[in-house]
Amino acid sequence: MLALAILNGCAALDHGILNAQGPVASHERHLLLLVSGILLFVWVPVVILVPLIAWHYRRSNTNDAYRPKWAFSWTLEGFIWIPPIGIVVLLAILLWPATQRDDPYTRRAGQGEPVRVQAIALNWKWVFIYPGEGVATVNQLAVPAGRPIHVSLTSGTVMQSLLLPQLAGQVYAMAGMRTRMNFAVDRPGIFRGENTQFSGEKFAQQKFPVISMTGPAYAAWLARARGTGRPLDQRAWAALSRQNTTGPQTFSAVPPKFFDHVIAATGGASHPHAGHRSAMRKAS
Amino acid sequence: MQTAYSPIWPAVLGRFTWHDLPFVRAWENPNASEIIGAGAASLVIIGFVITVALLTRYRRWGTLVEWVTSLDHKKIGIMYVAIALVMLSRAVVEAVLMRMQQAAAIGDPGFLSSDHFSQLFSTHGSIMVFFMAMPFLTGVINYVMPLQIGARDMAFPWANSVALSLTGGGAILMMVSLVVGRFSTGGWSGYPPYTGLAFSPDVGPDYWIWAVTLGSIGSTLGGINIACTIFKLRAPGMTYMRMPMFCWTSLCTSILMIFAMPPLTVATALLALDRYLGFHFFTNDLGGNMMNYANLFWLFGHPEVYILILPAFGIYSEVVSTFSSKELYGYVSLVLATMAIAVLSFTVWVHHFFTMGQSANINTVFGIATMTIGVPTGVKIYDWIWTMFRGEVRFSVPMLYSLAFMVTFVIGGFTGIILAIPPLDYVFHNTLFLVAHFHNMLIPGLLYGLLAGYTYWFPKAFGVRLNERWGRIAFACWVIGFYLAFMPLYVLGASGMARRTSEIFEPDFRPWLYVAGAGALVILCALASLVVQLVVSIRERDANRVFAGDPWDGRSLEWSTSSPPPEYNFAVIPHVDGRDPFYDGKRDNGHYRRHAHYDAISVPRNSVTSLSIGVAGLGAAFGLVWHMWWLAIIAVLGIVAALILRSFVRDTHRTIPAAEVAETEHRWHDALNAATPIGRDVEFTPRNQGLAETAA
Amino acid sequence: MSEPSLQHAGINMGGTENRPDANAESGIFGFWIFLMSDAVIFALLFAIYGTALAATAGGPTPAREFKLDSALAETLLLLTSSLTIGLTVLAMKYDETRRAVLAWMGLTFVLGIAFLALEGHDLATMFADGAYPTRSAFLSAFFALVPLHGIHVLAGCVWMLVMAAQIGAYGFDARVRINVLRLSLFWHFLDVIWIAILSVVYLQAHLP
Repeated sequence: MLALAILNGCAALDHGILNAQGPVASHERHLLLLVSGILLFVWVPVVILVPLIAWHYRRSNTNDAYRPKWAFSWTLEGFIWIPPIGIVVLLAILLWPATQRDDPYTRRAGQGEPVRVQAIALNWKWVFIYPGEGVATVNQLAVPAGRPIHVSLTSGTVMQSLLLPQLAGQVYAMAGMRTRMNFAVDRPGIFRGENTQFSGEKFAQQKFPVISMTGPAYAAWLARARGTGRPLDQRAWAALSRQNTTGPQTFSAVPPKFFDHVIAATGGASHPHAGHRSAMRKAS
Repeated sequence: MQTAYSPIWPAVLGRFTWHDLPFVRAWENPNASEIIGAGAASLVIIGFVITVALLTRYRRWGTLVEWVTSLDHKKIGIMYVAIALVMLSRAVVEAVLMRMQQAAAIGDPGFLSSDHFSQLFSTHGSIMVFFMAMPFLTGVINYVMPLQIGARDMAFPWANSVALSLTGGGAILMMVSLVVGRFSTGGWSGYPPYTGLAFSPDVGPDYWIWAVTLGSIGSTLGGINIACTIFKLRAPGMTYMRMPMFCWTSLCTSILMIFAMPPLTVATALLALDRYLGFHFFTNDLGGNMMNYANLFWLFGHPEVYILILPAFGIYSEVVSTFSSKELYGYVSLVLATMAIAVLSFTVWVHHFFTMGQSANINTVFGIATMTIGVPTGVKIYDWIWTMFRGEVRFSVPMLYSLAFMVTFVIGGFTGIILAIPPLDYVFHNTLFLVAHFHNMLIPGLLYGLLAGYTYWFPKAFGVRLNERWGRIAFACWVIGFYLAFMPLYVLGASGMARRTSEIFEPDFRPWLYVAGAGALVILCALASLVVQLVVSIRERDANRVFAGDPWDGRSLEWSTSSPPPEYNFAVIPHVDGRDPFYDGKRDNGHYRRHAHYDAISVPRNSVTSLSIGVAGLGAAFGLVWHMWWLAIIAVLGIVAALILRSFVRDTHRTIPAAEVAETEHRWHDALNAATPIGRDVEFTPRNQGLAETAA
Repeated sequence: MSEPSLQHAGINMGGTENRPDANAESGIFGFWIFLMSDAVIFALLFAIYGTALAATAGGPTPAREFKLDSALAETLLLLTSSLTIGLTVLAMKYDETRRAVLAWMGLTFVLGIAFLALEGHDLATMFADGAYPTRSAFLSAFFALVPLHGIHVLAGCVWMLVMAAQIGAYGFDARVRINVLRLSLFWHFLDVIWIAILSVVYLQAHLP
């Protein structure tokens, strides 16, 4: 029973960062393990010392020294200030390059020609536009394994956050603004994507599959998508903009600059942070 | 919609309709979620009715008025803690409901509607931060700090009472939202645009805005008062570096309140302007920018974490030193560490939104700043460890909380450093990992501390020791419940489970959700044990009295008075010549000295105006929530009137005659002479009358 | 606790007599802390204003709406009133006649009201010009910042009326003295905020 429970428990972890399936997530997992290892040097001494000292110097133990006026020692001061500072310096030296390397806007992941995807958060669904291919999907993100995926994000509603637990971490999607997230997937498979920022009634259902395919399979998927004959027109957009949930959908065509229009419609025209080269970020 | 045909009703009742009553909703749509809502509303009403009935039955209205109009810092402190305990009960029950829902709603809608669940996590967070933690710590500071520095009251007793009544008004507004209307679903942080008019046109966010605003104004006033008291009212000889550690942490907390509450006030005020007057600060259109809100809110929110934790650190310092019968190790280090934490807490707010798309350089700076706070915090932990070193540790309930805190808090620090590293935050942000982390900081770092302080100082405030056995049971439940309830959330967060999820679609999460649910039930037992402890202690009060005032062989000045202390605290203001003035003083046989002559003492009179400001604040808030403009206008004018009236009052103090002071003091000294000094081995027995054996 | 010689200069309120009131020190100190807290509110509103400067949403711009001549007049009125409130305090300290104190405070009151009238006129002009707070984030930020200062000035004027009544009723007892001192601190504080508004809002709008 216990063994079964533990086995079940490990199954949960398979959905997260420990079961990384892309170069970005692998880097993050590596960093997580490294940092955890270093932090053991913080954790272990306290967990050992607190019970040990409290018990050893308990009142009923009359064998040990009692020095009620002893309250300072330069040696101990050094011992309690310097190692924590050392550990933080060490972590800072790790953190700096890791943060630069893992900047969602610029990080390099995958080989070959990047696939550009524009993600629009709606209540309670995700719209993905493939501007290079002229197709769009709802609640499914089809990507070729191994190639860099460059996602631009915005929101047609409240702020949301796109998390790909096994692939890339998360970045916010905000109305009138464009944020970015680069990632890649190691191999074909189906992985979970979700919104983690509470957005209302059906928030819990706002999850979608990331479908990673081989190059030929992706090409075939694109061809099928173009062949569905369902464009993302005004009517389709109006239906998507309603507050509801939906299953996966595919659109064969998208009006040009549709993503930019959504940004402008939600305040982007008057927004300092809306443009491709935003005032806040010099995105590459 | 019940529409009133006459234009009078909308003018009087604003946007209230019958459907805003949970009973009506439950009647029309009797599902589990609505019935729970109606049940909660009934509990509020029944509680109110029972209180009124009891007050009438035992003719205690006079006592109530005496208390709520009092400007005595001790009574105000006790009332703050009472508010906190009531609100704690509500918020714990809400937490249990949420855990039960998540355990039940795996591939199933569960028993709570999504909307009800969202209200629960919003009220749980808002209450725990603004109406449990803040009143609790403010109350403890209010009670203890003036006694520790040898003062007779706070610097501004009237403003102290205003702060209490505003906080109380906010807490009542939270309770009213259970009975009339609905609460916000936007979480305790109330992020727009979700909480803006476009996406939440209902009364919920307005309840949140005004409850929090009342609380934040109260806390700003409280912070000014605490800081000014510590700066200006210390007893002769009480230099800064002789202050008890709790006073240092109170000082740092109050400074943080003074500078960190205004950003919250600005955030809620601007959100209110958006919602009420159609401004465009955080809307999606016409240039509004919700990133400003995130910055404002966390510019408050991060220092707030240390507002909450620092007083607990002070309590641990007092408790560990007292129950190790030893001087606090590394006092100077602790002072420096406390100050460092207070200053650094203003430099880290961006770590709450590493994922908002700012540059890697900005994230790096704030990430490193965040980790830096770990250094002074770690130093503090070691200072407490070395305080126990070569001491004589007694495992009293407050000491047990302190030990559990040290071991547990380090785990929270561990995961805190992980979240401080931006690439790892991208993964764990907004997941249950984050929820587990901040509960792992706040439950040991705040709640255990306040419960330790409650147990430690209860005999000071009421003259009766709390029941030891039930205290230990409550302690065990809090600790076991915490580990069961929150360790699974780390796993679930690492598995990518988002926070605030009312329904779960991943069957693999099931075992962990069950364990967390069981943990929540154990925490409920912990709360129940606290109630039982209080009831048992009141019943057995006569056996456990410590009128002499010093049940724990205390070190600082609050123990040098009777328990409970007289209204004027000190008949003669003490002179301080060390860090442990009372501990050393009683060993030199200098402290329990009967004076031949006592002077008359002036104490602040009760005031109705301070209470009326809180009542009017509540009225204004309620009027604004429901668009009852007449009520809001009258109430705001009432506040202005009360302020002006108060400034005309000249008869603010009353004098306790010297004879009365002498009589009180003699009664206490007679009790001291009659009491048997006890050794530390029998301090948990009825032999403890509050006089410590001081011979070696 | 501290030496009388170290006291706040204004606290020796009994003229040249060295008789600090027991409550004066913490009373004035506490008010300073309150002002610092209030200053944080203004600082944040300035920051919000800064981020919203470009967010005009195609509506009125700073350069079009803000008139330097009336800003100058408002500045002169407020600066002069700061002088007269200072003279009020000096009159309370050295003169101790009700007439002198009330006269200086009355003049301050008139200057304050004149400032409010001028500012009200400015805001009305902006409204008439289509520059109202619901038009854009920029105007929202402006209407949160500048009128908040105006409300403070209004509160100061009401406070002066209250103090005048109390001087009439109680003369110069300790509470009146402390409150007049606080009032003058408050008024100077509003002056400081106004200088910041003048620089950040009005002058910046006309930077070349």
